[in-house]
Amino acid sequence: MIEIKGVHKSFGDLEVLKGIDLTVNRGEVVSIIGASGSGKSTLLYCINAIEKINGGNIIVDGIDVHDKKTDKNKLRENLGMVFQQWNSFPHLTVLENAALAPQIVKGFSKEKAEEIARKELIHVGLGDKLDEYPTRMSGGQQQRLAIARALAMEPPYMLFDEVTSALDPELVGEVLDTLRLLRDDGMTMICVTHEIAFAKEVSDKVAFFHEGVIEEMGTPEEVLDNPQKERTQQFLSKVL
Amino acid sequence: MDNYEFHWNVVFDAFPQLLTGAYTTVHVSVLSMLIGIVIAVLLALGKMSKTKAFYHISNVWIEIARNTPALFLIYMAYFGLGAYGIHLSPYFSVLSALIFINSGYLAETFRGGFQSIPQTQYSAAKSLGMNNLKVYRYIILPQMFRRIYHPMTNQFVWSILMSSLGILVGMEELSGETQRLQSTSFRTLEFFIVAAAMYFVITKLVLFASSLIAKKVFKGELS
Repeated sequence: MIEIKGVHKSFGDLEVLKGIDLTVNRGEVVSIIGASGSGKSTLLYCINAIEKINGGNIIVDGIDVHDKKTDKNKLRENLGMVFQQWNSFPHLTVLENAALAPQIVKGFSKEKAEEIARKELIHVGLGDKLDEYPTRMSGGQQQRLAIARALAMEPPYMLFDEVTSALDPELVGEVLDTLRLLRDDGMTMICVTHEIAFAKEVSDKVAFFHEGVIEEMGTPEEVLDNPQKERTQQFLSKVL
Repeated sequence: MDNYEFHWNVVFDAFPQLLTGAYTTVHVSVLSMLIGIVIAVLLALGKMSKTKAFYHISNVWIEIARNTPALFLIYMAYFGLGAYGIHLSPYFSVLSALIFINSGYLAETFRGGFQSIPQTQYSAAKSLGMNNLKVYRYIILPQMFRRIYHPMTNQFVWSILMSSLGILVGMEELSGETQRLQSTSFRTLEFFIVAAAMYFVITKLVLFASSLIAKKVFKGELS
């Protein structure tokens, strides 16, 4: 379970998160929507401690993420993250990209790490690209590689930060299909996304962010079909 | 030129001495690179450091090294330090000047190579649970190394050619040997043609070996 309690985050004078409360249970898919600059991505970076917070708590399976005593690297093993820019490691093959962390972080043997990596790569449809170098692949393929690379660490949670935003429109579908696959596997996911139709389809819960607060939260039907708040209605009228 | 008669025999007889000179040339260049690289790493770290003193010392070193003629630096090492009672041999004068310059240029190469790796590579590696040491060892440095590899080769070739300035302080490297041999035999043109060819062969061999290694070591492409 991920518990986010009263989280505040500022960059200098700019307060980006103004008291966020959100709970994500195991097996849940939570989508975060909202305009650019509303703090959606920042929250993800705070969850896996890439960014520090200025107030509140984030608890992952009972561990306080921002406690000084918390081993952040150990914690990140449980929080797979995929970024807007896929960030493939260009000097490694597709298989090496996915097998590296299980090997050097978890200490698995090369064979075992590659076995897990191969399994995940086949799962996302890159089984025929194992020995390819990522720079030769399309953005959609590289993004699926990034997903498989995170999955190879076998994390209970996955964080997706606008993973389709940087893709050419015709490549968005294959990445969303991969996310659907994970949902069907029962993966716990937090998806920051601009794909409203996708959020509606896959989410158990949708949170609408506005200027650093959660303006409205509920089931997709509640938030996306019958939004109660004016700001949510305005936002949805613009993007739908 | 019409009536210049080439006499190559003298040069061939003296070839072993030229080879000894060439060995010294390679020797001083390799050493100047190896030590230069170590210092360059420190200078590059200094140039990126937030510690003021470390930054300024590195910055001044790099600026002087990159913006003064190699010849002056060799003269300063050989004659200049002599004025302070520090007497360096011709070999060490040239070596120290080349180290000074190489470290300055390589520091900027290293810094550029490091800063050319996107910050997002670091975030992606961190998100997989890697600690800083592993991020650098497996993600940042391998990519950086291939970016600085060819500039480093160029710096090595530059060192080989610039070590010929040793001729001016009486160093017995390839140029110095050539100078000595031609002055006693008066076969100036022959000796310098052969010496030039030897420089050419040495640098071409370095470039060839370098690209061979690159092909073996570097797989994939940089984004």
